[in-house]
Amino acid sequence: MILEARGVRKLYGPYVALDGVSLSIREGEFVSIIGPNGAGKSTLINVLTGMLAPSAGSVRFKDKDIGGIGMVALTRLGMARSFQLVQIFPELTVLESLQAAVVSRLGGGARIFASLAGDRRIQEDALEVATLFNLADKAHVPARVLPQGDKKLLDVASAFALRPEIILLDEPTSGVSTADKHAIMEILVGAAKRIGLRAIIQVEHDMDIVFGYSDRIIALHQGKVLADAAPAQIEADAQVMDMVVGRRRAPQPPDPSPRVGERAG
Amino acid sequence: MRTATVLTLVSLTLLAIPLVAPTYYVTLMLPFMAYGVILLGLNLLFGYTGLVSFGHALFIGIGAYTGAVLTTRFGVRQMELILPAAMLAAAVVAAPVGALCVRYVKIYFGMLTLAFGMVFYTFLLKFYKLTGGDEGMRMLRPWLLGSEWAGFSKTAYLIGPYYYFSLAVLVLATLLMWRIVRSPFGLCLKTIRENQLKAESLGVSVPLYRWYAFMISAVYAAVGGALLATPTGNVDPTLAYWTHSGNIVFMVLLGGFSSFFGPLLGAFVFIFLQDTVMSVFPYWRLIFGAVLAFIVIFAPGGLMGLFARRRPVEVSRG
Repeated sequence: MILEARGVRKLYGPYVALDGVSLSIREGEFVSIIGPNGAGKSTLINVLTGMLAPSAGSVRFKDKDIGGIGMVALTRLGMARSFQLVQIFPELTVLESLQAAVVSRLGGGARIFASLAGDRRIQEDALEVATLFNLADKAHVPARVLPQGDKKLLDVASAFALRPEIILLDEPTSGVSTADKHAIMEILVGAAKRIGLRAIIQVEHDMDIVFGYSDRIIALHQGKVLADAAPAQIEADAQVMDMVVGRRRAPQPPDPSPRVGERAG
Repeated sequence: MRTATVLTLVSLTLLAIPLVAPTYYVTLMLPFMAYGVILLGLNLLFGYTGLVSFGHALFIGIGAYTGAVLTTRFGVRQMELILPAAMLAAAVVAAPVGALCVRYVKIYFGMLTLAFGMVFYTFLLKFYKLTGGDEGMRMLRPWLLGSEWAGFSKTAYLIGPYYYFSLAVLVLATLLMWRIVRSPFGLCLKTIRENQLKAESLGVSVPLYRWYAFMISAVYAAVGGALLATPTGNVDPTLAYWTHSGNIVFMVLLGGFSSFFGPLLGAFVFIFLQDTVMSVFPYWRLIFGAVLAFIVIFAPGGLMGLFARRRPVEVSRG
């Protein structure tokens, strides 16, 4: 068990955003969290990443309570996240953005007089991540001029550059054309293997992506876990498909693409 | 390569100025060099971390008054002792002030720094016994390199030893700042400027780094303040007044905050433009206000921004 939420409730005044959510993420899993708008997905992500403290219940990461400890502390523990609305450093280059993550991971941010350009470890690490995400040829381009798909990749790549044990991706393919979605997911899953991620959690609306890549799907509805099962079982559950997916999905052959779950060890 | 050439030429010019330029212009270079140090620090906060301080004259005041108090009250005349003392005094004040201010951003940060600046200004004004009130206090001519330079007249001292001492301090401050902005630490500051949420998600502790930047900029301002006090020979509360804080922000905007050397150019142009305009037109603030409006609207990158934009055109012509 890497990440575990038990009976998490989150109230905003009288409004109940999360109403007793329990879930656990195990070694090697790719878990998708789905649900209609207002189901509490964003709140759940914010609670799982320590940005919000739960009103009741607990969130434990590697057996430590992380309720509301904040992103900076969580990063140190080995969890990273990307954002639904793409978050980049507009004026920094691709390489600088990745270097920032490497600096943070190596704890070198307080080195006031050290040379960034002269630090081979930072340079090589950042370039390696850029290469993993097909961004190496744009290494010296300011992030603001990248196409939308690349911005999305950079957001995720910089989270990967922290070399976390677990990563939470908030709609990794939102705002990207359908053609680019699968390309992004392939890069992402490949990079996860290379970096040795222990688990990936994503919130995603695109059901092709959800069913194509997940080992397990957690369906949220009105702040509660409606279903928590393998994709095949979710697909067979007419009620969940109606309430959460919003349409019946034509049965498809299992996706042959590589998965985190298939990684040995 | 081009930058290296320009820097070499500028350095040689700065070294040669006391030998070739009229005395009056050499003395004008002294506040330029003092402001140069101040602005390098201010721009670490402004240009690199994205925080605009409207109370930075507070730390100029601390540096200047440290020099005045040490030379007149305690008989400490060595500039090599005055500068570290000014840095220490600024750090002691900046630590709590910064810790409070960096929790706020944008206009709230600016307003808080302004408020602290006003508190210090009032302190200088009202604690007459310690500070001399609105008349201020004298800053005795400091010794340099252990020498009193007794044989030098005031002017000879300023355009000779003091000029080169100031230049050395400016060069050292520039080299250190050059390293700081190119360090892993400098990169962390830029991520905060660019996107606070993303910086935090990468593990950058935003308040902590802002506080570091605030401390460094305060120390720089105090060094500049101590340098500034000697040529006038007198320090008074206006050094810490909010209009002075506004002036240094203006200098940074004039030169261009997004460039490392922009603030230095801004200080230079400000000092010499102010001198020129004041000599022909008493309402120099009117002209400077118009210049500021022009920069904000038409050249947000400042003077350096104009150079940078023109460069590719020159290349394509060549």
